[in-house]
This record gives sequence, C-alpha cells and structure tokens, in this order.
Amino acid sequence: MSESTSIRERERQIVDEFSMFDDWMGRYEYLIELGSDLPLIEDRYKTDEFKIKGCQSQVWLRPDYRNGRVYFRADSDAVITKGLIALLVRVLDGELPADIATAPLRFIDEIGMKEHLSSTRKNGLASMIRQIRSYASSVTAEA
Amino acid sequence: MDTTLTPATAALNVELLRKDFPALHQSAHDHPLVYLDNAATTQKPQSVIDRIRRYYESENSNVHRGVHFLSQLATDAYEGARRTIASYINASDPREVIFTRGTTESINLVASSYGASFVPGDEVLISTMEHHSNIVPWQMLCERRGCTLKVIPVSDEGEIIYEEFERLLSERTKILAVCHTSNALGTVNPIQRMIRDAHALGVPVLIDAAQALPHGPMDVRELDCDFLCFSSHKMFGPTGVGVLYGKQDLLESLPPYQGGGDMIESVSFEGTTYNELPHRFEAGTPNIAGVIGLEAAVKYLQKVSPAAISSYEAELTDYATKTISSIDGVRIVGTAKRKVPVMSFLVGDIHPYDCGTILDRLGIAVRTGHHCTQPLMHRFGIPGTARASLAFYNTFGEVDALADGIRKAKSMLMR
Repeated sequence: MSESTSIRERERQIVDEFSMFDDWMGRYEYLIELGSDLPLIEDRYKTDEFKIKGCQSQVWLRPDYRNGRVYFRADSDAVITKGLIALLVRVLDGELPADIATAPLRFIDEIGMKEHLSSTRKNGLASMIRQIRSYASSVTAEA
Repeated sequence: MDTTLTPATAALNVELLRKDFPALHQSAHDHPLVYLDNAATTQKPQSVIDRIRRYYESENSNVHRGVHFLSQLATDAYEGARRTIASYINASDPREVIFTRGTTESINLVASSYGASFVPGDEVLISTMEHHSNIVPWQMLCERRGCTLKVIPVSDEGEIIYEEFERLLSERTKILAVCHTSNALGTVNPIQRMIRDAHALGVPVLIDAAQALPHGPMDVRELDCDFLCFSSHKMFGPTGVGVLYGKQDLLESLPPYQGGGDMIESVSFEGTTYNELPHRFEAGTPNIAGVIGLEAAVKYLQKVSPAAISSYEAELTDYATKTISSIDGVRIVGTAKRKVPVMSFLVGDIHPYDCGTILDRLGIAVRTGHHCTQPLMHRFGIPGTARASLAFYNTFGEVDALADGIRKAKSMLMR
C-alpha cells in the first residue's frame, strides 16, 4: 500500500516549521507551545482503559472511529510529552485507519526528536505509536 | 592511568581523580557531560576496565574445575577477590562472602533460603523508603509462607520514625530488612542502633547497603549485621555482580538457593549432597570477570582513601543542598540530618520528566521518576522526582551547572 499523501504533507509542514529554529531550545519551546493545541480527552475518559502504559508521565489517548476515519483525543501531565502527542495527533487525526496503521512517521526523527522514540525514555511516545497502530489495524480488520 | 596514593588526611584532588574515569570525559548533546546519576550506576576507573581486560586476555578459564594452568590462575584470582572483599567489609572469614548478580539477587537469596522456615504469623519488618528490590522479595515470601509484611513509616524529612520502629519490632519479627542509605532520598539510617535494638529481641537484620558502599567502607563486625547486600556496579565496579555477606553460622544453617554445578558435593539420582560455604550458594559458572573487576574497584577505593572521600562528599552534599534549594520554586524531597549527596527535587509544578529532558539536552544526566520506590513516592504524595546523585568524582562546578540547568528548565517549562 502506498503512503498517504495527506499524512506525508502534514509531516512536511511540521518539519518546515521546526526548521525555522536553529537551536534545540527553540524547538523544544515550540513543541511545548504546540501541546496547547492538542484536542484534550475529557476527564471522564482519564481511566486505566485509555492510559498508555510504560510512561513516566501520565498519558491518556482515546481513539474514536467515525465514518471510516479515526480521530484522537489525548492528554499528559508532562508538557514535552503533550507536545509530542499533539504532533502525532496533528499528523494522524481524521485519516483512514489503513493509512494510520502503516504511516512510517519519519518526521519525529526529522525534527530532531528521535531520542523520544527510545523505549528507555519511558515517555510513552513509542508505546503510544504502537497503541495507535494497533488500534488502526484492528478497525481496518473490522472494516 | 592510576591515581597516586592520597594520604587519608589530605583533601581529595578531584580533578586528578576524574582522569581515572574515561567515561566522564565526553560530550552529551554538545555539552560537556555532567554525570549525576551515580545512584543508578557509577562510572568505572581505568584500573577496573584494565583488570577485566587482562582477565579475558590472559587468565580466562572456568574456576574450581580444571586441573590446568589457566583454570588455576582464574580460580586464584576469583578466590583472591573474595578475600579482598571480605577484608574490605571486615568479615571474619572469606566464606561469609557469597557472590551474586547484585543486591537484588542477594536479597532474594535470603528471602528464599532464610525465609523457607517462616510460618504463618511470622512478620517481616521493612521500611517505607525501601527500594522495590527490598520490598517485593519479602512480599512474595509472605504470600508463599502466610507471613505478614510490616512497614516502618518515615517522617516528612525522610527519616525513619524511630518510635514506630520500636513499636513494630517484636518477637514475631523474623527478620528486619532495611536500607543503610536511601536511593531516592539519600537518607542515612541509624543502622547501628536499629541492629542493636533488633538483636535485643533476637531479630536478625539484613542491611541493603547498595547505596552505602559507594560513599565509604562498612564494617560488618562492628555493625554486627547478620546479612549485608551490595552491588558492584554502584561502587565503581562492573555490572552483573554483587555480594551477599552473611554470618557464617547463619549461612551454614540455610538451605541452598539455586541448584546446579559447583554447589554440590556429590550428585546421584537418589539424592545430592551440597558443597560447603561459599560455593553452596554459587550454583553455575559465576561472573568471574565481574568479581575480579569488583576487587579492582575495591582496591581503587582503598587507594583513594575512604576518609578523604567521606569529608569531600560531606562538603559536596552541603553545597549541593544549599545551591539547589536556593533556586526559587525548588523543593528538595528528603532533608534528613544524615545524608549522602543524593538530591531528589521538584521544580514548582513542573513534571520531573520534563525537567529531566531539558537537563539532558544540557548534558546533565539525572534520573527522573519514582526511583523504584513507589510506596515512598506515595508517602510523599508525589508521582516522582528528578534526582541528582553525586559521587566523589563530581565537582562543585558540576553542581553549579545543575543549578543553571534547573533555572533554564524553569524558564522554559513554567507557564
């Protein structure tokens, strides 16, 4: 299956935005700022069911499958983590489950945030991506 | 290169000592590495690295087995290390030193073998500030044997509440298992007094000394502890090896832990008789290189001078405490009167993970999270902290770098 062009397009936009900063501090400050754009999960869904395991900070993510597309709401009590989730959601929100399941998500590396993908960091980005992909695959299988 | 001998009274020449630790001299994210995660693991001096290399290059062989030349070399080195370590902790006999994989395995060994005789109604006494490795093995034992786990509470300063300890200690207590020094708070517990009080009721004592040995030697005979557990990698030695010290008569009375080679005297399908101490508790090929590396670490520490380390670290602890707590909004968790240079802290309402991430970008290595002490974090009503844990090779300048880093993290993260 070919890569979704709209996902890739949104990733490119993010890479462009981050390329305006020439140091890590600027990139992190921008990341934290983007965290405030995250569509927040309602407090009543901040339960174990929607909690991402293996994180140092608390992270909740709730996917919602409507009209053939997947929408996400999430939150975290750590602002850097929240910024990272906001980026993921921005790239994947409203896409087809099959596209979400197979998106390579290269932009994380491209904006210099690759270290957050390491499982030892326990910020949950890697487990969040796993969770998103497995949810997307499960609804793809149902469809 | 090895450091020249420092007289016990002389001040520590930290800049010179740092040259012995190759891993300290590198950059992290384009900043000079400031390694403040020593309670997780310490860096290794060149003499330790060289010793392990020499073992593999010229002595590698299995121990206690072969008649040949190399096996004899390896066995001599391995048993020599046991003698060095026994004398470092002032054990009465090298047979009282059992090599394990680390503190965790040492505690599990005691919980499994010593705990095998526990019956329902017996109690195990630990404290709130224990590392998970000194909680979970006892919980598992209590579940198996129908015993009860009792927990000594800690004060807001992070000290054992002594009256509560006295209240919980009873003739039902089958073992007191406490840390000498808290990994999360840096608190140094009144171990000597606790051991005396426990013994007055006939209760044996296990000391988790994993966080104590990096800051100074211990004397098991002076302490009169029954078991002492520690890890090589937290005291400048290699990973994967640790020690269980036990009083000889106590160890003699315990059933074996794991079965396998080297721990037996004779094996037949009708039954097996077990080897004597210490081999009875060292089933299988041990971590020979690790044990020999640990000996090199002990020799290094002896050469640097424990007295000089201890007085320098006291100054470092004072300076770090003052410097960090003077930053507006910073709260140090764990303010015991007796502490090692371990600073657990919170910055305003900033999540420790965010703080640690910014410090990492500045080349400063701290640990964030619950530090394997979830019940303790729960006691303080916090999810975790950022923790800077220092060793004798850390400098006052590195404390300043940490303080600058915290200020920068604050300016980026406080909103």
